[in-house]
Amino acid sequence: MRLFVSEGAPGSLPVLAAAGRAQGRAELLISTVGPEECVVPFLTRPKVPVLQLDSGNYLFSTSAICRYFFLLSGWEQDDLTNQWLEWEATELQPALSAALYYLVVQGKKGEDVFSPVRRALTHIDHSLSRRSCPFLAGETESLADIVLWGALYPLLQDPAYLPEELGALHSWFQTLSSQEPCQRAAETVLKQQGVLALRPYLQKQPQPSFLEGRAVSNEPEEEELATLSEEEIAMAVAAWEKGLESLPPVQPQQNPVLPVAGEKNVLITSALPYVNNVPHLGNIIGCVLSADVFARYSRLRQWNTLYLCGTDEYGTATETKAMEEGLTPQEICDKYHVIHADIYRWFNISFDIFGRTTTPQQTKITQDIFQRLVARGFVLQDTVEQLRCEHCARFLADRFVEGMCPFCGYEEARGDQCDKCGKLINAIELKKPQCKVCRSCPVVKSSRHLFLDLPKLGKPLEEWLEKTLPGSDWTPNARFIIRSWLRDGLKPRCITRDLKWGTPVPLEGFEDKVFYVWFDATIGYLSITANYTDQWEKWWKNPEQVSLYQFMAKDNVPFHGLVFPCSALGAEDNYTLVSHLIATEYLNYEDGKFSKSRGVGVFGDMAQDTGIPADIWRFYLLYIRPEGQDSAFSWTDMLLKNNSELLNNLGNFINRAGMFVSKFFGGFVPEMVLTSDDRRLLAHVTLELQHYHQLLEKVRIRDALRSILTISRHGNQYIQVNEPWKRIKGSEADRQRAGTVTGLAVNIAALLSIMLQPYMPTVSATIQAQLQLPPPACSILLTNFLCTLPAGHQIGTVSPLFQKLENDQIESLRQRFSGGQAKAPPKPAAVETMTTAGPQQIQVLMDEVTKQGNTVRELKAQKADKNQVAAEVAKLLDLKKQLALAEGKPLETPKGKKKK
Amino acid sequence: MAAAAELTLLEKCLGLSKGNKYSAQGERQIPVLQTNNGPSLTGLTTIAAHLVQQANKEYLLGSTAEEKAVVQQWLEYRVTQVDGHSSKDDIRTVLKDLNSYLEDKVYLTGYNFTLADILLYYGLHRFIGMSHLPVLLHNTASPQQDSLDFLTGAKAEAAR
Repeated sequence: MRLFVSEGAPGSLPVLAAAGRAQGRAELLISTVGPEECVVPFLTRPKVPVLQLDSGNYLFSTSAICRYFFLLSGWEQDDLTNQWLEWEATELQPALSAALYYLVVQGKKGEDVFSPVRRALTHIDHSLSRRSCPFLAGETESLADIVLWGALYPLLQDPAYLPEELGALHSWFQTLSSQEPCQRAAETVLKQQGVLALRPYLQKQPQPSFLEGRAVSNEPEEEELATLSEEEIAMAVAAWEKGLESLPPVQPQQNPVLPVAGEKNVLITSALPYVNNVPHLGNIIGCVLSADVFARYSRLRQWNTLYLCGTDEYGTATETKAMEEGLTPQEICDKYHVIHADIYRWFNISFDIFGRTTTPQQTKITQDIFQRLVARGFVLQDTVEQLRCEHCARFLADRFVEGMCPFCGYEEARGDQCDKCGKLINAIELKKPQCKVCRSCPVVKSSRHLFLDLPKLGKPLEEWLEKTLPGSDWTPNARFIIRSWLRDGLKPRCITRDLKWGTPVPLEGFEDKVFYVWFDATIGYLSITANYTDQWEKWWKNPEQVSLYQFMAKDNVPFHGLVFPCSALGAEDNYTLVSHLIATEYLNYEDGKFSKSRGVGVFGDMAQDTGIPADIWRFYLLYIRPEGQDSAFSWTDMLLKNNSELLNNLGNFINRAGMFVSKFFGGFVPEMVLTSDDRRLLAHVTLELQHYHQLLEKVRIRDALRSILTISRHGNQYIQVNEPWKRIKGSEADRQRAGTVTGLAVNIAALLSIMLQPYMPTVSATIQAQLQLPPPACSILLTNFLCTLPAGHQIGTVSPLFQKLENDQIESLRQRFSGGQAKAPPKPAAVETMTTAGPQQIQVLMDEVTKQGNTVRELKAQKADKNQVAAEVAKLLDLKKQLALAEGKPLETPKGKKKK
Repeated sequence: MAAAAELTLLEKCLGLSKGNKYSAQGERQIPVLQTNNGPSLTGLTTIAAHLVQQANKEYLLGSTAEEKAVVQQWLEYRVTQVDGHSSKDDIRTVLKDLNSYLEDKVYLTGYNFTLADILLYYGLHRFIGMSHLPVLLHNTASPQQDSLDFLTGAKAEAAR
């Protein structure tokens, strides 16, 4: 047989590594051909490597060639290998060819290259660690290992693309790479040039189709049913039988919450939202909501938990806004802080403190850190040229200048960028610059500024990172960003601004300057804590006892992972530094981005007007949390997930379990006599619960939500198979079986209510009230599945948890948020500014709608006459229409009217 | 044809009485089979090969090393090339290549009917209009033993 290969064709790697298997069974000749040579007569497009068999037939699939070599050596095919090879061909290859194309052909680096393959690599890592086998299909190296190794080798031989946190993948890859056939194949193909050896071949290939829009995905990783050992089953049953007794005492709520020596102390921060931007759904899932889930989980574990956030209030943008609205900056902050607080309250975010950065504590702590940095020689001075408006007597930030573009001559170019030609501009290069406020011509003046000497702090920073990163739960994107900043070299960063609205700089000659927001915004966490308790240093100067989890979107990583640690390390005051930096990717809206100015997307204050409960929003946002890759909010998908996962899966299971107890057993949990099937189910649920814990401990919030849904799916299947509604009418034995199934199911429902608490707190409380779950069980989640509702326990009234979302309802919401409001006047936040009717009138209508809604519900509940109900419903719809009209919602919003 | 429907049809062709339930995963709706004892199986061709073994018709996976590799190669071709492309040009290329490959063959492995023929047939049915079917049928319709059952099933589905 003859093998045709081509210089730099990646497929040669696995084929050559597998060829050894066929040695002595057949003679193998190797021919090298050009990358565009058509070796296989019946294929239109060139394909290498190709194996021409002695029969004359061709194998043109890399996996099939490897398989053939293995088959010749007497190896037998199995399901697991087939599954890996099918996955390799359909999932891994498209992702991998995109990554290699970026890396080798386009010369990209870092995240760009890694993100297409992240999910695939994680999948391999999980499979390896879940099965706890050293190899993909068992205890020995086999076909699947060689094929996947060969596919991955070009990328993973560069350690930058093999993150340490994928430990199982790491050791699997190292093991294979060190074996002789693999080593030889790697040397032959890559010729010690690394991945660049693939360039001559990859350049000639068409651009991988993966690059066209498969990157965004909301789909979950798959669920696998693990095999259970007898011991696991026995342990799960023993834990179950202990029941409520095994719960530790509930710790009383402290106020203030403080760390306790010897216990687990968790300090959680969510990135501080900028005060005058109303957060959109992406901002909400990126930090506050993600951090909230973790904070709630942490409290369920009885860890000492402090969760804080607040508004970031200083800076140019606030000054501008104040000028626009004719208020002082302080008034602007006061106004918007409330709007933020309301939005988060509506989303049920469980802050211990929601503070702000414009407080005396902020000044005190910022100035203290600054003074310590000055005293230790970490602050430099330098001169910067800036535009200054003599008329307004101030230096102009980029957004306050307009002028002629130096490149294209466009008259209204902004200080940072020209809207016409798109080129970036340095404000002092603008021709005929104008102060946007007074329209006079600013002059170029030099201004002294202070710089944080990051290069000097590089060494302590790297030492700290080396100590912190291994074994921590920093997300891969955060590690990447920090790594690339360090690789590019740290530069001094300006920490002062010519502004008034900020923390004053306590240094002679700088009295008219303030700190640049990014220097003091991260200090906001400390000052907000100081406003919560005077013992704030127990949290913030206690790195040995406190684990600090910081949540943010990835654009914030440099400030939290690098700049603030530098300030804190330089201050040499034993500050608590971030232990786990949890950064999300971006959430898109439908097919594009959220845009306040174009009215595209859902913003925090609007979510509440949709009539969809906060918990449903929480669920869907967490379900699509951009964890590991960008994801997209989609109305259709939201409807789908609500109706399939919440209504048909979770809600259906919990409701049925409760209803069976009420209907068949008079509201009392029946006796349970466990069969071996029940024990297996117990063990499966326990395993999934433990998986949930493992994921949440690693802050994999979106994945852990899958575990809840998986348990509920098991539950539904269990009910479906055992049919308690039939057995309850049968013999004594059948009735006992119905009792056991019902009892076990309602206990699973109770467990789900606790697991659900971090995600959907209101729904969780509703379930717990319906089931009358004993209070200690509601506030603690152990790693074992306990019988919390023993036989004889009386439950409360059971009612459905979720409502179906209808197509037309969702369609009208989609239209409402699709940019129809683009021409509407800018709407800073408060709902009433965009209404066409007076707020009182709207309030009256809203009250009427609520009242009428209740009337309809009551009638329906009483099973009143159909016509009567219909009449009342018609009234309700009419009222809703009036309300919508008054609010100007579904109709076209009047153009350019009403500028406040 | 959704993957689950295709697998159910395959079960019937194989004479497996007890129908399995399939779930679908991800945006490509990859079929998943939850087996009674042991982990689940994911992927169309993986599950199909499993069903063949369940039905004790291993010969459908090929008898010699060469046949086995060829069968798997075409199964892979089915899920990557036939399912993976939707542009007209791509499909035309697939059909042209297959036609030229089959010119001197009765079945994909030569003379033996295998799982690769079944799945490729199902897969192509999606975009070969009935008028084009003869291209393949010309090759596939041969009075080989055993193969008749499969063809009846495949044709019945195609006629739906």
